[in-house]
Amino acid sequence: MQNDYLLNVKHLTTRFHTPRGVAHAVNGVSFGMYPGEILGVVGESGCGKSVTAQSVMRLIPEPPGRIEKGEILFGGMDLAALTLRQMRKIRGDRISMIFQEPMTSLNPLKTVGKQIGEVYALHRGVSKKESLDKAMEMLEKVQVPEARRRVTEYPHQLSGGMRQRVMIAMALACDPEILIADEPTTALDVTVQAQIMDLMLKLQDQHKTAIMMITHDLGIIAEMANRVVVMYAGRIVESASTRVLFHETGHPYTKGLMNSVPVIGAKDAAGNSRLTEIPGMVPSLYELPEGCSFAPRCPHQNKRCRTELPPLFTVSPGHDVRCWLCESACEKGAVA
Amino acid sequence: MTNLLTVENLKVHFPVKGGFCGYSDVVHAVDGVNLTLKKGETLGIVGESGCGKTTTGLGIMKLVEKTQGTLNFDGADLDSLSPAELRKTRQKMQMIFQDPFSSLNPRMTVNRAIGEPMKVHGMGNKTERADRVAWLLKKVGLSPEQGNLYPHEFSGGQRQRIGIARALALNPLMIIGDEPVSALDVSIQAQIINLLIDIQKEFNLSYVIISHDLAVVEHICDRIAVMYLGKVVEEGTCEEVYANPRHPYTKALLSAIPYPDPDRPRDRIILTGDVPSPIHPPKGCNFHPRCPNRQEGCDLVEPDLEMKSPGRKVACHYF
Repeated sequence: MQNDYLLNVKHLTTRFHTPRGVAHAVNGVSFGMYPGEILGVVGESGCGKSVTAQSVMRLIPEPPGRIEKGEILFGGMDLAALTLRQMRKIRGDRISMIFQEPMTSLNPLKTVGKQIGEVYALHRGVSKKESLDKAMEMLEKVQVPEARRRVTEYPHQLSGGMRQRVMIAMALACDPEILIADEPTTALDVTVQAQIMDLMLKLQDQHKTAIMMITHDLGIIAEMANRVVVMYAGRIVESASTRVLFHETGHPYTKGLMNSVPVIGAKDAAGNSRLTEIPGMVPSLYELPEGCSFAPRCPHQNKRCRTELPPLFTVSPGHDVRCWLCESACEKGAVA
Repeated sequence: MTNLLTVENLKVHFPVKGGFCGYSDVVHAVDGVNLTLKKGETLGIVGESGCGKTTTGLGIMKLVEKTQGTLNFDGADLDSLSPAELRKTRQKMQMIFQDPFSSLNPRMTVNRAIGEPMKVHGMGNKTERADRVAWLLKKVGLSPEQGNLYPHEFSGGQRQRIGIARALALNPLMIIGDEPVSALDVSIQAQIINLLIDIQKEFNLSYVIISHDLAVVEHICDRIAVMYLGKVVEEGTCEEVYANPRHPYTKALLSAIPYPDPDRPRDRIILTGDVPSPIHPPKGCNFHPRCPNRQEGCDLVEPDLEMKSPGRKVACHYF
């Protein structure tokens, strides 16, 4: 199975060395992505989901950040060991990324046509004219109305939704194998978010691009992802297919997360609307607790949880949970 | 029950420079909004960015100059009050803001931040105020010892608790929450929502909750007003509006929310285009350029917000 992975991240550890101390942003994260699938990465702020993506793209600012350990296997290479020059060839061509805030990730001084064409010209070595044609084609593909006029416009002339479409056009110009989308719809209104999600699913279907969908929104995960990785304090705490994750939730944190999200139509008959909250807060990445990081907030914690970090137990094929409670549920020795 | 707050035909327009040959344009941020709020009730105002929901909240608080309209709060017309009377009335209406990082003074200890409104309004003496601050901190789930700390020493959720304590300091009748949980992570969001529900019961507060998050609003509100481009397009009890939305915009808005259940069938109404500019709102019905149910006449005649069934108002010619 493992050989089918398009991207295989093994024991990735990324830390930031700051004047305040060492921030343990990503602590031994391992996961794989199959070609053409949508992998959801979900977690709250500071759980390491964005740093994981930036590590894969080698976009960690160095210093203070550093990939300390681990391999990022892609196309027979270890991305973690490449030189920046080699990495630049892959970025935007075979793996590309879109970000949360399209305004800050577009160059305000260049027309959108130039920016989209630039990626294509750089990786394919085509002429200016060809790259502009490609930009127009891509804008049409991401359903920007009046693409001919839009190529000559600047980012500030576009709405938030249109800018995100431009980002997607730019990311997909070279037909990458993997698209990493870091909270691509968080800054957008719900009706525009629906448009962008719809567009991403359509394009994914056409191009069979594998998408790593990073989000804090379980609703987006449920609607888009095939498989999900749940992160907490820099570690994967649960991974499963989307359906299994929602129906056979294993980790107390995942359960807590699902119960704390207000869902429309979920008030009980008495109109009682209290949410089940997760007490406390996310631990500081500068001083992670010993043992399970979630133990201080966990309703099921015992002495062992506070001293010993649980491994990922495979509770059923493809469903891993990092919790001592699952130890008995998994077959002996089935540790992922 | 009598209305605590009545807003009639509220309009807030902002002049902007620019436009053709330097003629100034006008942003129709709020364009004729009518709202009521009963004692102990929670009204949700929802809509997307730029729909005027925040400006409506600021207009009610008299934090922006309104262009037109009347505001009646706790039996008094706010325009007819003298500055001294207005100050007194203002104690009864408080606001919680979205960003707990920028709404607290970084140079004030939490004790001072919460105690200052009481000092300004001459409530109690120094020790009474200090006692009340400690009591308020406990009410919002913080310890009195934390009162000596500065805002930067708190997390986002804790800062929002401080903001709530500050709003409670003057014994208000009404609190307007402008996106009170939007900046928080889901697990923390649930804590703050629960806190808001608890203190509402304890202090018999009325809330106006302004939010873009329809799930949050459904959770805490009794009634909901959906805004689009400066106008209310639909209003009713939460139960009814969510179960049976009538305005095409409300329908699209509700269908656009990603639902955390992979087995739920998706019948999403995808709107085309973006919200039009509030500088030149479309003629006729504001929503007609994006409306999937547009019919003849929608681009000519503006629909009024009419009572279509008991307690249910809709601004649409056809639904």
